[in-house]
Amino acid sequence: MKEMATSTIVRVVCRRLVPFVQIFGLYVIMHGHSSPGGGFQGGVILASSFMLLVLCDGLEAVQQKFSVALVSVATSAGVLLYAGVGILCLLLGANYLDYSVLPGAEPRSLGMLVIEVGVGITVTGALVSIFSDLLSFE
Amino acid sequence: MNYLHLVITGLTGLLLFLGSVDMPNTGDPTSAPAVHVSPRYIEDSLEETAVPNMVTAVLADYRGFDTLGEAAVVFTGAMAVLLILRTKREEP
Repeated sequence: MKEMATSTIVRVVCRRLVPFVQIFGLYVIMHGHSSPGGGFQGGVILASSFMLLVLCDGLEAVQQKFSVALVSVATSAGVLLYAGVGILCLLLGANYLDYSVLPGAEPRSLGMLVIEVGVGITVTGALVSIFSDLLSFE
Repeated sequence: MNYLHLVITGLTGLLLFLGSVDMPNTGDPTSAPAVHVSPRYIEDSLEETAVPNMVTAVLADYRGFDTLGEAAVVFTGAMAVLLILRTKREEP
């Protein structure tokens, strides 16, 4: 993929926009408990911020910071985090994905938070991976 | 033109349509799904899970195994695209 031909306006606006998009994505993931949102939606918003970075900086510059291997590892790590919570519940003596045995004051809420984060990591990694694969295909 | 495919598609669509005739009306309070598990979610989910968003409570707790499958589907999709499109070998 060649360096994208972008104007200064597009570059500056994208650079300024990316942190706000990322903060909003993290907010949607973390706030899924009490408002519409969750891992899938927040992950898509987070992934869109990386796509915005690719639009203004080009794929190569973004892949130097977030390597191809890192994105693939993140895609798998989210699913593994989710399945790992289930196995942790098994080890603590309950059914698979029965969060009520986890430590803390509100264990089921905590378990949901962890799996939403896992889903968010997977969705972010998957969308960034598909996007960069489609861009770099020749 | 292969009319067999058209006939199979049409028959399947007809079967699905006939099946949908028996579905309960949307929002019918006396239908089977509305009297079976929904009251439990509506009445007890906040108490049991301490999560005010009922949709999240059902998605991530009561139906947690289902959502694990959804995450695996997203992961599988990314891996399929990777296997088909990433033909270049990585330079070390």
